[in-house]
Amino acid sequence: MGSDQLLFFGFAGVSVLGSLFVIGQRNPIYSVLALIVSFFGLSGLYVLLEAPFVAVVQIIIYAGAIMVLFLFVVMLLNVPREGESEWDKAHPNFRPWPMRIGAVLSVLMVTELVWALSRTPGMTIGVADERPGNSSVAELGRVLFTDYMFAFEVTSILILIAMVGAVTLAKKREH
Amino acid sequence: MSIGHYLVLSGLLFSVGAAGVFLRRNLITLLLSVEIMLNAVNLAFVAFGRQLGTVDGQIITFFVMTVAAAEAAVGLALVIGLFRHRESLNPEAFTSLKW
Amino acid sequence: MGSLLDYLTAPTTIFYLAVTMTVFLALQISAAVMVYAERKVAAFMQQRYGPYLVGPKGLLQPIADIVKLVFKEELKPKAADTLLFAAAPVISAVAAFTAFAPVPFGASTTFFGLLPEPVPLMVADVNVGVLVIFAVTSMGVYGIVLAGWASNSKYSLLGGLRSSAQMISYELAYGMALATIVMLAGSLSLREIVDTQSGYWFGFIPKWYVFINPISFMIFATAGVAETNRAPFDFPEAEQELVAGYHTEYSSMRFALFFLAEYINMVTVAAVSVNLFLGGWHGPFIPEAYGWIWFLIKLSVLCFGYLWLRWTLPRFRYDQLMAFGWKLLLPLATINLLVSAAGVLYFGL
Repeated sequence: MGSDQLLFFGFAGVSVLGSLFVIGQRNPIYSVLALIVSFFGLSGLYVLLEAPFVAVVQIIIYAGAIMVLFLFVVMLLNVPREGESEWDKAHPNFRPWPMRIGAVLSVLMVTELVWALSRTPGMTIGVADERPGNSSVAELGRVLFTDYMFAFEVTSILILIAMVGAVTLAKKREH
Repeated sequence: MSIGHYLVLSGLLFSVGAAGVFLRRNLITLLLSVEIMLNAVNLAFVAFGRQLGTVDGQIITFFVMTVAAAEAAVGLALVIGLFRHRESLNPEAFTSLKW
Repeated sequence: MGSLLDYLTAPTTIFYLAVTMTVFLALQISAAVMVYAERKVAAFMQQRYGPYLVGPKGLLQPIADIVKLVFKEELKPKAADTLLFAAAPVISAVAAFTAFAPVPFGASTTFFGLLPEPVPLMVADVNVGVLVIFAVTSMGVYGIVLAGWASNSKYSLLGGLRSSAQMISYELAYGMALATIVMLAGSLSLREIVDTQSGYWFGFIPKWYVFINPISFMIFATAGVAETNRAPFDFPEAEQELVAGYHTEYSSMRFALFFLAEYINMVTVAAVSVNLFLGGWHGPFIPEAYGWIWFLIKLSVLCFGYLWLRWTLPRFRYDQLMAFGWKLLLPLATINLLVSAAGVLYFGL
């Protein structure tokens, strides 16, 4: 097994295991930490795909900012473990069947995806085989500010709206 | 590694996220599962971008990340508001609008 | 297998391993030196002697400190979260060490002709080095916030949350100042940024970015001091307010790891400042191959600046601190970025 394949399966394993931990853990703090580990795995995969800038930005933004936000909210609200809050104790075993059917449907979806992909031609082409990569940051900046200029500006307005909205929604109401 | 490998991984992560949305009875973990799904999509974009030799896949990734950040911020603000109202983060607890 | 063995015993690989080990040991030694220097500098600024009993001029004081910390009893609050309580100092220390990886400290060298081609004196020569440092510094926030949470005590939680909120607020101004320099240099790799600072104007003024853009240097230095939770921004761990903030409940080696992480963060921020603004290893009178001597001299000056700040200025109150970061430093950094961009376009740098 070449080093490339070893790295791919290693990082992929870290990502998938991390995600499984996220949905399997009862303690929300451990869920957030498991997701951070999963993001590191994804970051490694981006490096393998010759996208180092995206890999580092993933760590800075996702693992370094968004997850800190989640962690703050979990700590400030003192979120209890699942099944141990007051409401949960008052309503035990509340409607378990939608959960179970949903889980079965997810497993069905992944099986169907793998089946469909196996019947699609062109799936065994190596990612780096056909065309040379172009991962310089200069090129990224050039395309971002010429072809995707409008989306860039709209995104900045979106962030402004999200900031104002988050502050307004989370403020304590003055009664 | 072939493009099939990356797509299968992306699909697997997406299903894990979707299963999380169905299975978890905690609003925060629900939002985390949505983040997993968004990341799976990012991976597919970057893989395709690499195969086609352009940087467009990576650029779309930035926009997805930005939108995910904005959505996480507003979603968590809503979670804080809901928690203040009902002292629980179980989505089943918020059924006042049901018939 | 044969090629793997060839790769492992190639001179370049051995040199890389030697550089990595040197950096690792040098960081730890620098932390010990900083501990001693801090106490001596504080003492002289306060007109007293400082440590002078242990060894000549108190030089063995850090060793005495380390021995004391090793032999202390390891305490853990009963209701503390075991896994996170143990993992938090490890995360802090790992982030502190890793942040120094993309930082070059000397010119590319062939090590007296033993290597086939010049190898830069750094642990990891990535072409997005500046961003890697930024990313790893963001990871350091987790050590603090998890320490605050896992200790399960009021002071720790408050200290941890305040400290991490402060760190992520000042990361913005830090990043803007960094972006200004990246724009001036045209590259994200620290080695290339230092390379663009070689040479002199008029024969005697070195082409350092601190002369082109001093405001950027001030913003970066201020944000760096706030990032590392040092005075005057050390409210989250001030003894008078919060007992000891996020590391209240820690003792012995776990506390030593936090202590180590803090000093190494200081050294890293100072090293990055030297590379970005003060020309790295370039300097007069010493041949380029020994440029690391100039690097150490500049690094020492900046670390002394850190100590000087701590023992001279009173600390900011927390709301003053946050207001300063968001309402003064961030707009200033943004305007600085805009003006620098205009300058680059106009002067065609």
